[in-house]
Amino acid sequence: MFGEGFLRTIEVAALALILALVLGIIFGVISTSNNKVMRGIARVYVEFFQNTPLVIQVFFMYNGLAIAGLRLSVFLIGVLGVGIYHGAYVSEVVKTGITSIPEGQVEAAKSQGFTYIQYMRYIILPQTVKIVLPPLTNQAVNLIKNTSVLAMISGFDLMYMADSWASSSLDYGPSYVFAGFLYFMLCFPLATWARKYEERLKRNDTTRIPYQPAEEAVTC
Amino acid sequence: MIKLQDVNKFFGENHVLKDINLTVAEGEKLVIIGPSGSGKSTTVRCMNFLEAPTSGHVFIDGEELTQKNKIQLVRRTSAMVFQSFNLYPHKTVLENLTLAPIKLQKVPKDEAIKRARKYLATVGLSEKENAYPSTLSGGQQQRVAIARALATEKKIILFDEPTSALDPETVQEVLDVMIKLSKENITMVVVTHEMGFARVVADRVIFMDDGRIVEEGKPEHFFENPTEERTKLFLSKILR
Repeated sequence: MFGEGFLRTIEVAALALILALVLGIIFGVISTSNNKVMRGIARVYVEFFQNTPLVIQVFFMYNGLAIAGLRLSVFLIGVLGVGIYHGAYVSEVVKTGITSIPEGQVEAAKSQGFTYIQYMRYIILPQTVKIVLPPLTNQAVNLIKNTSVLAMISGFDLMYMADSWASSSLDYGPSYVFAGFLYFMLCFPLATWARKYEERLKRNDTTRIPYQPAEEAVTC
Repeated sequence: MIKLQDVNKFFGENHVLKDINLTVAEGEKLVIIGPSGSGKSTTVRCMNFLEAPTSGHVFIDGEELTQKNKIQLVRRTSAMVFQSFNLYPHKTVLENLTLAPIKLQKVPKDEAIKRARKYLATVGLSEKENAYPSTLSGGQQQRVAIARALATEKKIILFDEPTSALDPETVQEVLDVMIKLSKENITMVVVTHEMGFARVVADRVIFMDDGRIVEEGKPEHFFENPTEERTKLFLSKILR
């Protein structure tokens, strides 16, 4: 029973993560463009989804859309809800990454005749990846934990299974402790990896001292 | 080859270029000097539309450079070497040289690599083709940047203070490469403070101050016998 929920949580998290990354990259790139309208659209997306609770967004998809005649499966709501919500955060991470690349990179690319899309693709985004990987992994960790909102719409995920196990067996303590342990098993390796990666990045940056010419022997 | 016609540029309220008229012939080596803030960098940056003029016209090879055609026209005609090198740090030296030829000029990969190696040899850095830019000295990075400009085989290379960010020891190695280049039929526009270089290489020198071209002439005239007071003052400060 827990195994089933665990699997469901992993499925929802994996698909939601892909969606969040796709949305995050698109809106992150848009929010650094020169086009005011595009930037505005990205802003509205980010502010709207960051500043309302995920639970309400998911309830809206579950109840609100159903009233409007659009009935989505709980699984799909999980993927869309969590994916869109975290896409807003990923977008901010991507945006910060892009703006941390020195302006000279864009100028060099423009002076060679790269178009906006081309220099994003070949020059800016590849450099951004290294910088945003640690904060993105933290997003992935949050995303996994947030899939637990599915329990509130009977999503058959890990949290829901823990709930139903607890209420049928009345073993509240062990049930939730075990569920928590399973979430921990998913998140802890990711968080640890992100921390190590970031430490390694920092170490490499400090070993990469700007070149200093060897002292020449003074012969006078 | 390059023509600026009544070019004005404002940054907000700041009037940085004032009615610049300037023609650069094919193969000419033009050196632009002047105090900082005089508009010399902005002038070369108008030549590839990194800065769009507020008013006036820029012509490259007889064709007007506009917001619409800038990418295509710049891709065909000019390369730039920057003060801060601006190599692509995630690419090796060789990849820095082949990226634009392969992706933009549709040069086949083998051909682009062959070309890149040739120009790395020109700047004396053949052994560094697999190095990443961050492992190179400033002078070496700038020589790679020059090779990157050469590898696109454009008629025009714009240099925006190419030696200003370098340690004094490495300035000469970059200047030597540029002097070597000046023997080729490449149109070079060089913003610099290196007066020795200007003397050796320039067909013509332009002195700018406060957004205007104050004086222009052959380097002999310029350094021996400038006519304008402001030029004299500037040269007396810089030539010791």
